[in-house]
Amino acid sequence: MQSLSNRKKVLEQKPMNFWERIYLPAIFKGLSITLRHFFKKIPTVKYPEEVRPYSKNFRGQHSLKRDEEGKERCTACGLCALSCPAEAITMTSAERAKGEEHLYREEKYAAVYEINMLRCIFCGLCEEACPKEAIYLDGPHVTADYLRKDFIYGKDKLVEPKFDITKLAKD
Amino acid sequence: METAFLLEKLILVVVVFTITLVIAMYSTLAERKIAGFMQDRHGPDRAGAFGLLQPLCDGGKFFFKEEIIPAGAHKGLFIIGPVIAIITACISSAVIPWGQTLTIGDASIKLQVAEVNIGVLYIFGVIALGVYGIMLGGWASNNKFSLMGAIRAASQSISYEIGLGLSLIALLMVTGTLSIGEIVAQQSGFVNWNIWSQPLGFLIFVVCAFAECNRVPFDLPECETELVGGYHTEYSSMKLGLYMFSEYINMFVSSALMAALYFGGYNFPFMNDLGLSANWITIIGVLVFFAKIFAFIFFFMWIRWTLPRFRYDQLMRLGWKKLIPLAIANIVLTGVIILIKDTFF
Repeated sequence: MQSLSNRKKVLEQKPMNFWERIYLPAIFKGLSITLRHFFKKIPTVKYPEEVRPYSKNFRGQHSLKRDEEGKERCTACGLCALSCPAEAITMTSAERAKGEEHLYREEKYAAVYEINMLRCIFCGLCEEACPKEAIYLDGPHVTADYLRKDFIYGKDKLVEPKFDITKLAKD
Repeated sequence: METAFLLEKLILVVVVFTITLVIAMYSTLAERKIAGFMQDRHGPDRAGAFGLLQPLCDGGKFFFKEEIIPAGAHKGLFIIGPVIAIITACISSAVIPWGQTLTIGDASIKLQVAEVNIGVLYIFGVIALGVYGIMLGGWASNNKFSLMGAIRAASQSISYEIGLGLSLIALLMVTGTLSIGEIVAQQSGFVNWNIWSQPLGFLIFVVCAFAECNRVPFDLPECETELVGGYHTEYSSMKLGLYMFSEYINMFVSSALMAALYFGGYNFPFMNDLGLSANWITIIGVLVFFAKIFAFIFFFMWIRWTLPRFRYDQLMRLGWKKLIPLAIANIVLTGVIILIKDTFF
């Protein structure tokens, strides 16, 4: 029958010649291949002791950043939540009270900021949407947990730990 | 005299038994390590330095696993199966000469447990008995898949035993004796090794030995794809462990046999020109013998991680239609050469 696509290939099985039929040359070839692997450098990483570095653009757990003076950058504008395709981010904004100037950079701040890690797809759009450079996906892997409620990360897990301004100035 | 003889043999038996078990134990680790290196990964390396305690952990795990005997199984035979397998594997090392004579004081100790002049026949008898362990185990499980696996194993063993025997007959024609001790003693130096006079016989012997040990590419008795698991499908805990363990002991013994029959056993090149005392030569000879054995064990594992398993009809075709005629041709060829040698030289 004529081939329609013109790409038909007829497979032909030629009878094996003598050296192919006694198999031994093929076996020795195979043995030499496995023996070569015996002396190769092993690419395996011994995981718990030895951790392979992530690539530079790895997107891990979110962190809410602080500015140079240790104030939270987030102003609860909601753009991250708006840009989130998975609708994983929710927040409640509050007004900065007197005496809290050292905690929050601007008058409005996020009183509650939650990311549902079960919904998050780590696309990084929140990072791109943020006008204040307050959110980055530069953390480690989001770890496994037993209960669904434990995957809703609040500010306790998301906000960068406080740092000492005096120490920072020295570096 | 009589008690000293018994004591000497008893010590030798215990030493050989211990060495056999330890080597079989660490063969399991070596197998996994070598597999790892050949597949570009580390083998087990968690238990102890370089994973050296891994065999102990495996053994412990085997002992503490739940033991299940199927309801319809013949309980007695089900238990005897692995026992026969391991006993036959262990006793076959009795006739292998581990070294020359060791002289301590005025007592001379021959490093061979049983110096029988039919050593080759003894080995064959014991190997033939080993099939019973597999066959009984498969039958007593009361599982049709196990039974099929056992039948495959038995017919494979019996088929390849013929090739094994025929390949050895040519060797016996050259050496003129059935005693393994004497066969080894004849191969002093390097040029007298039987591998040079019997290369084809050695090749057939190696292939058949692989099949007898149920090693890849002839590991048809175990077949997780076609028959669930083969003859040991219903076995669990240490009974399965004994089957596995007997496989490794068989591998050690057949490596020893190959080294003894074809590669000069404890003989090494220039052994009589070194000017060492007899005891030192014996000790070095034992070490050389073990080096040869380890090389063969490595070869077994090397093959395992290189070649895929045979199909059953291919296995039978290779055994009956290729190896047996080849072995007979080897016998004829050897006979002709011996005849020419005797009449003209």
